[in-house]
Amino acid sequence: MTFQARHLLGIEHLSQSDIRAVLDLAESYVDLNRRTVKKTDALAGMTQINMFFENSTRTQSSFELAGKRLGADVLNMAMQNSSVKKGETLIDTALTLNAMHPDLLVVRHPNSGAVDLLAQKVECAVLNAGDGRHEHPTQALLDALTIRREKGRIQRLTVAICGDIAHSRVARSNMLLLGKMENRVRLVGPPTLMPPGVDQLGVEVCDDMRTGLQDADVVMMLRLQKERMDGGFIPSEREYFHRYGLDAEKLAFAKPDAIVMHPGPMNRGVEIDGTIADDINRSVIQEQVEMGVAVRMACMDLLARNLRRERGRALSDGDYV
Amino acid sequence: MTLFFENARLIDPETLTETAGNLVVDNGHIAAIGQMSAPPDARVIDCRGKYLAPGIVDIGVKIGEPGERHRESFRSAGLAAAAGGVTTLVARPDTTPCIDTPEILEFVTRRAQQAPVRIHHMAALTKNREGREMTELSFLLDAGALAFSDVTHVATDTKALSRALSYARSLGALVIMHPQEPGLSAGAAVTSGPFASLRGLPGVSPMAERIGLDRDLGLVEMTGVRYHADQITTQRALPALERGKENGLDISAGISIHHLTLNELDVGDYRTFFKFTPPLRSESDRMAMVEAVGQGLIDIICSMHTPADEESKRLPFEEASPGAVALETFIPAAMRLYHSGALSLPQLFRAMALNPAKRLNLPQGRLSEGAPADLVLFDPEAPFVLDRWTMQSKSKNTPFDGERMQGKVIATFVGGKQVHGPQTN
Repeated sequence: MTFQARHLLGIEHLSQSDIRAVLDLAESYVDLNRRTVKKTDALAGMTQINMFFENSTRTQSSFELAGKRLGADVLNMAMQNSSVKKGETLIDTALTLNAMHPDLLVVRHPNSGAVDLLAQKVECAVLNAGDGRHEHPTQALLDALTIRREKGRIQRLTVAICGDIAHSRVARSNMLLLGKMENRVRLVGPPTLMPPGVDQLGVEVCDDMRTGLQDADVVMMLRLQKERMDGGFIPSEREYFHRYGLDAEKLAFAKPDAIVMHPGPMNRGVEIDGTIADDINRSVIQEQVEMGVAVRMACMDLLARNLRRERGRALSDGDYV
Repeated sequence: MTLFFENARLIDPETLTETAGNLVVDNGHIAAIGQMSAPPDARVIDCRGKYLAPGIVDIGVKIGEPGERHRESFRSAGLAAAAGGVTTLVARPDTTPCIDTPEILEFVTRRAQQAPVRIHHMAALTKNREGREMTELSFLLDAGALAFSDVTHVATDTKALSRALSYARSLGALVIMHPQEPGLSAGAAVTSGPFASLRGLPGVSPMAERIGLDRDLGLVEMTGVRYHADQITTQRALPALERGKENGLDISAGISIHHLTLNELDVGDYRTFFKFTPPLRSESDRMAMVEAVGQGLIDIICSMHTPADEESKRLPFEEASPGAVALETFIPAAMRLYHSGALSLPQLFRAMALNPAKRLNLPQGRLSEGAPADLVLFDPEAPFVLDRWTMQSKSKNTPFDGERMQGKVIATFVGGKQVHGPQTN
């Protein structure tokens, strides 16, 4: 049996077979999502609460749609203008919600580790939808599904993750997942946007796009996270685009059939040239969004199964007494 | 009252020796050491082969008075100190409000009488610890300040700081500073490196400590002030420290017991009880620091006892307040260094008792005739599992909760008076 965990807090705790289990199940949801009637009852009767302590439109709607298609009752809580402003601590917020008996909590928080902390205090399954600069596991899983569908496999590939690595939880989760699946991972970006010591974590580090993209199968571009920066990381956006923005000239160093990915939202003309982003032969950015819903359905389905099994066990233990 | 300790292992940090023998305490002082028999009328304390050492002199204990008595009071800190074998503690001025006027110093001095151990006080070097205007250093000295420190606040106005240091030099005062480049360490929660990157936590380069120390030592050379670096925790800072000492600067350096016994990986999954200022370092830095204590390059081991309530620790890592309580775990933690063979007991007590007393011009910290009878009797072998709720400290934020430890304090004496342990023998 695979994927026995109560929560999905990060890629760090998943095994190869856990990852495969998610991707395989997600495939079936890709098919479902393309039908006219997209509803199942996998989560029927269950309550899913989306708690976003940080602004998000794309991820939150993806989770909302995933939950609704699985038949869950979905509640969105925009936490940035609520009790947090009144001084409530994260743990108290968690305990309050816990008392409402949700089954799935989808949480995004600006602090690394905050979702782990919250998960310790609730009885339901917690899904990390991004914590600070730490992890964003469903993004890495949807990227893996996209790659597997495009390349036919998710191992022995050379993947270049480019741009603002330091502020990116997407980069960390992808780095971990691709490493676990035995791929060659290169991080490419200016030294000011590279986390210190990351070269000791089993990836190659490169500050030049041409070397970094050499023979890559997958080029993953990251958004320049201006909102997380306190100034002085790069001289200007135009110089950044010149050195690190993905354009046809730089992409030519990658393999001829290399795919281009971006977790969105894109800054066209900053990290990626608009024509590359729109090139249907290279860019899989729209597919990533599609896979996002399917992967999130798979994750929630698996977590719900574990939850039911756990609760069923507790129930039957009681019966025998 | 005369006390006679018989059958003890005596730890003398001055001669770095450990011998079997007896010890006589008379009138609050050590009267004799050797193989003599018990004087008449003496209370005989059979040490049963356990270790008798000078009580710990702890530089830099945070007590929540004034302002945060719910975290720690002089009484609770004093009980914790007695239980931990700390017989003299020097309280830090990073209180609310901070201790920057003679009036506040008089208040804490009065409050400190509730504690069963000796308590001295530091005062702030600058008003409100802001690094701009110096405090009334001379009045504060008269009111009993033993040293001046802005604790972890690093002054960025070097000119104002140099004035405060020159003035302190003219008074012969000891200044305790926190060597750190504040720009580099702004916002940091851990030490930068692979672990910080993996956890996505903001890190500070270990270089920030060296840059801070370099600046401080430049100012010491310029002003001639007596200087103590509160915590040197990285390998890269050691050459500067060594050079400064060789050049005859009046400097010394300390380190907390946590930085000698824990490393950055102990943070694990965002455990906030392992958040410190400065943050825990790499294992190679930790080992280098242990070696530096052995060589005497780092002079003093302190507890950096920092009580924090549950509310300030049960937060996301970046938002949690730093620091840990340490008075009661000081000896068991130090015994890890002894049992691993890294440091001998006399070496440990040189750094925990003798050197801080010498630096502060106190008569304590010695196991010699005429010295005050501030003693700790302990068993370095006794095993136990730490339960933080059994501690005397009002705050329970220890990183060692649930840990298997060795080293128990059997009894503690201050000026010949027993302040901890069984009264009968």
